[in-house]
Amino acid sequence: MITEALVLSAMIFVLGTFGVLVRRNAIIMFLCIELQLNAVNLAFIAFSRLMGIDGQVFVFFVMTVAAAEAAVGLAIIISVFRHYKTVNVDNFKLLRW
Amino acid sequence: MIEVLFYVFAAVALGGALGVVWAKSPVGSLLFMVVTLGSLAGIFVLLEAHFLAAIQVIVYAGAIMVLFLFVIMLLNLGHDYQRDLKGGAFALLSFVIIGLMAGVLARQFSTDSIPELAVGGQAIDALLEQHGVVGAIAQPLYTTYVVPFEITGVLLLVAIVGALALAKKDGR
Repeated sequence: MITEALVLSAMIFVLGTFGVLVRRNAIIMFLCIELQLNAVNLAFIAFSRLMGIDGQVFVFFVMTVAAAEAAVGLAIIISVFRHYKTVNVDNFKLLRW
Repeated sequence: MIEVLFYVFAAVALGGALGVVWAKSPVGSLLFMVVTLGSLAGIFVLLEAHFLAAIQVIVYAGAIMVLFLFVIMLLNLGHDYQRDLKGGAFALLSFVIIGLMAGVLARQFSTDSIPELAVGGQAIDALLEQHGVVGAIAQPLYTTYVVPFEITGVLLLVAIVGALALAKKDGR
C-alpha cells in the first residue's frame, strides 16, 4: 500500500502543477498549490511507514505553513482585487518580464 | 478490505483533483478540493496517521477551505463560468512537462524495492501502542522538534500581522 500511496501522491502533485501552469484565476492557482502541498503530505505519511514517526511531525509543520500561506496569500489577492477589480493573473503585469 | 478501501479513496481523491483543475467556477473548484481533502484524510487513516487525518478534516477542509470560500464570496467571484485555461502552445508545453514529471515520479516510486511495513511501520505501531494516537506525535513534537515548533508559533504570528496589514483598506 505504501507504493500505491506514493504513486497517488505523485499523480496529485502533477495535477496540481498542471493546474498552476494552465489556469488564470489566481484563487484556483492557489487551490492547486494547496493540492501540491497535500500530495507532499501524503508522501511524507507514506514514507513515515518506512522511516518512523518523524514524517508525521513534518506533516504537522507543513499544515501550519499551509495555513499561514493561505492567510497571507488571500490577503494579497484581496488587495490586488481592490486595484484591478479582477483576479485574472493576465492583468497583473507589473512584476512581469 | 483495506486494499479495496484504499483504491476507492484513491479514485475519489484523483477525481476530485481533476475537478479542481477543470471546474469552471472557483466555487466548484473549491468543493472538489474539499472532496479530495476528505478522501486523503481517509487514506491517512489507512496509513495509521489517525491524528493527522483528524487535523486534515478540521484544519484543512474546515478552516482553510472556509477561508477560501469566504474570500470568493467577498470578492463575488462565484459567477465566472467561462473557462480561463491558457491555450495553445503554452498548454501543450506544460502538458509535456508534467507528463515527463509524472513519468519520472511514477517510475521512481514504483520500483519494487520498498518492503511493506518495514522497521518504521513497526516502530510507529509500538509508539501508538505505548503513547496513544495523539501522544505518538506529541512526544517527538515537544522533545526533538521543540525549536521548530516554537518557530512555527512565531511564523503564525507574522502571518496574522502580515494578513491584517495587507488586507487593510487604505494600506497605511
